[in-house]
Amino acid sequence: MAVEVRIPTILRSYTGGAKSVEGSGGTLAELLSDLDSRHGGLQERLVDQGGLRRFVNVYLNDEDVRFLGGLTTPVKDGDTVTVLPAVAGGRA
Amino acid sequence: MLTISAALRARIVAHARADHPDEACGVIAGPAGSDRPQRFIPMDNAERSPTFYRFDSMEQLRVWREMDDRDEEPVVIYHSHTATEAYPSRTDISYASEPGAHYVLVSTRDPDKEEFRSFRIAGGVVTEEDVEVVAAPE
Repeated sequence: MAVEVRIPTILRSYTGGAKSVEGSGGTLAELLSDLDSRHGGLQERLVDQGGLRRFVNVYLNDEDVRFLGGLTTPVKDGDTVTVLPAVAGGRA
Repeated sequence: MLTISAALRARIVAHARADHPDEACGVIAGPAGSDRPQRFIPMDNAERSPTFYRFDSMEQLRVWREMDDRDEEPVVIYHSHTATEAYPSRTDISYASEPGAHYVLVSTRDPDKEEFRSFRIAGGVVTEEDVEVVAAPE
């Protein structure tokens, strides 16, 4: 089974510059763990002890996984996961 | 250095003034690798706050996909500060995630004075840059 994971510019240092990598797993958590086995350090940029990091957006196909199951979201063969760091900031 | 048309610069300032006292935010896309801002994309501040901004996650996906389809990249990422100076804050710096973009800050703290500045933010380092305003978009 293969899931395409689209990687934002700022995280391509973990993938040797690749915009897109492949991984496998039954859930998003498993997929990220699988990716981390080949691209060490990537998982830590996306996940902290509370789950998916707050200012990283992760989408499964066309949906934000926050509205699905977060890290427990099931993924299947042929799915596309897209990672986009949130664009945010403020006064302080 | 940021090179931007007067028209686009004016649109950023107008957006900031219109959303005051909430922070305004948006993107100007341009052809990938060109460093030329061309296509103005005002974004909704999903936080609707005078002290914080954030692109709505689904809107961001749509816009980023559209740029990808058009072989564009975000050349300018702009937002406004409504009570403080037009300089990147600690959170602006820590969330900056497009190392190739020009981060434009506008301050609307003074209704009679315009503050428009541009910065590069990469690896947690802020560098202010000159803004060259040109007469018309290329």
